[in-house]
Amino acid sequence: MLAYIVKRILATIPVMLVVALTVFSLLFLAPGDPATMIAGDQASAADIDRIRQSLGLDQSFLVQFGSWLWRLAHFDLGNSVFTGQPVTSLMAERVGPTLSVMLLTLILSIAIAVPLGVVAAWKSGSWIDRAIMSVSVVGFSVPLFVVGYILAWVFALKLQWLPPQGYTPLSEGVGPWLQRLILPAITLGFVYIVLIARITRASMLEVLQQDYVRTARAKGLGPRKVLFLHALKNGAVPVITVIGIGFAALIGGTVVTETVFTIPGMGRLTVDAILRRDYPVIQGLVLVFSFVYVLVNLAVDLIYTLVDPRIRY
Amino acid sequence: MRSEGSRLSAALKQMRRHPTIPFGATVLVAMVAIAIFAPLLGTIDPTATSLARRLREPSAQFIFGTDMLGRDLYSRVLYGARISLLVGFSVAVFSSIGGLFLGLIAGFIKRVDVVVMRVMDGLMSIPSMLLAIALMALTKGSVINVIVALTIVEIPRVTRLVRSTVLSLREQPYVEAAIAAGASTPRIIVRHILPNSLSPLIVQATYICAAAMVTEAVLSFIGAGTPPITPSWGNIMAEGRTLWQLKFYIVLIPAAFLSATVLAVNLLGDGLRDALDPRRIY
Repeated sequence: MLAYIVKRILATIPVMLVVALTVFSLLFLAPGDPATMIAGDQASAADIDRIRQSLGLDQSFLVQFGSWLWRLAHFDLGNSVFTGQPVTSLMAERVGPTLSVMLLTLILSIAIAVPLGVVAAWKSGSWIDRAIMSVSVVGFSVPLFVVGYILAWVFALKLQWLPPQGYTPLSEGVGPWLQRLILPAITLGFVYIVLIARITRASMLEVLQQDYVRTARAKGLGPRKVLFLHALKNGAVPVITVIGIGFAALIGGTVVTETVFTIPGMGRLTVDAILRRDYPVIQGLVLVFSFVYVLVNLAVDLIYTLVDPRIRY
Repeated sequence: MRSEGSRLSAALKQMRRHPTIPFGATVLVAMVAIAIFAPLLGTIDPTATSLARRLREPSAQFIFGTDMLGRDLYSRVLYGARISLLVGFSVAVFSSIGGLFLGLIAGFIKRVDVVVMRVMDGLMSIPSMLLAIALMALTKGSVINVIVALTIVEIPRVTRLVRSTVLSLREQPYVEAAIAAGASTPRIIVRHILPNSLSPLIVQATYICAAAMVTEAVLSFIGAGTPPITPSWGNIMAEGRTLWQLKFYIVLIPAAFLSATVLAVNLLGDGLRDALDPRRIY
């Protein structure tokens, strides 16, 4: 058990290295000379050369990658070309809103999607099943920002139940914090809910045909106990997998959601960095988001062993 | 050999069994027609500005209204169909070809497999939207750059699909028999591997087409995609962003066109997936 966990954790290191190499190459290929940019308009050719040397930009790709990795290991992602601030502190300022939205989205999505999928499988072929499946096809097709604007238009502008945009930190109270997060979380969770509900349904359909489910029914257990105690537990692995894989959509979605709802998070920071071509910030954000994605999937793999003791690699 | 007539009736039977195929195809064909014949459909120059007719709500004269520069939204939305469809189809075709090529090589040559799949793992560990954004940050916004960036984003998934098909097919008795009989690798690829990987590839390509259209709109929406001068659905929505509380139609109309097109392609994909899967019995 422990050996497996250690092995699985060690296996993420090469993946992260490949990710780091990919992200570094992206910046390495970026057009424009960072030394010229930092030196400014007034600098002479000698000044630019000096800056280039001091930054190590005259070194080979591998040497630069090595020293970049070394700095990365010390949580140094360089400085913003635009403001001069360290990228890590820029991100630290923005992490709160993004974490808030993502956490609420995760909780809301699982709480909505899993029961929907279970019901659709249980009543397979009925109008409920067909309704859930039809809505899910539409859910896949309507882009996130469209969902966001429609929700904001209906619930904030027309019904005036919730504020349309903005963000209130948790320190100002749970109520105001939650109030501004509900619409972004539903928007961001839309595709996620569809994804999880579909997989839950498919997995449950398979499990419900197993002998032990028939046994559970035969011994007189109620449908709720059969579904949630016997079937869902055994059908959980694909559901957990898709929660991990779908996390990529969640990360990509924060960029759009934070733009639609003007939330000052890391997604919004990404958009600002793109518009300013602030490469160190873009690089840092892509790297951190990708590492989070890898770690989430590591967590998913480790959760497997808890849910299904048969799984060993 | 089946006659033309029975083949046609077999096709019709498939359509009846999978009604999402004709539905999706009809909507998609309509959108393609709109894109091709945009100049003939009563449109005016989609880039012509006019301060005198700014922000008109939809009316008989401007059925979709006008934007803040007085440009006719009906014309812009119709011309915008060109960008979405061009990006969707191009990315689907190019990433299928690229992924097919890489997947075949990885599936047949062990030494290349290790390198190619590690690179693909690395690319797939970066959330696709962020990879697209990062690639677009490297170049200036243009439709061709969007197509290239999204092709790079989608290739790993196709490669993995083709590679896994190759690996499982190579274990099949009839392929083993062909190898034992001395068939060359190119012959095995053309006779056995390609025909069998085609259906999953076509289904995957339709989903890629849908995903690429959405991503193009998102990239344009955040200002990293199609340049603002070209009307695209994402661009029109980006322009309506600041005014969405007052003039919601600027966001809503391109959004409806985009959603309908993506839905059509997804339904087509779902139908093809069910129709092309011989294991599914109805």
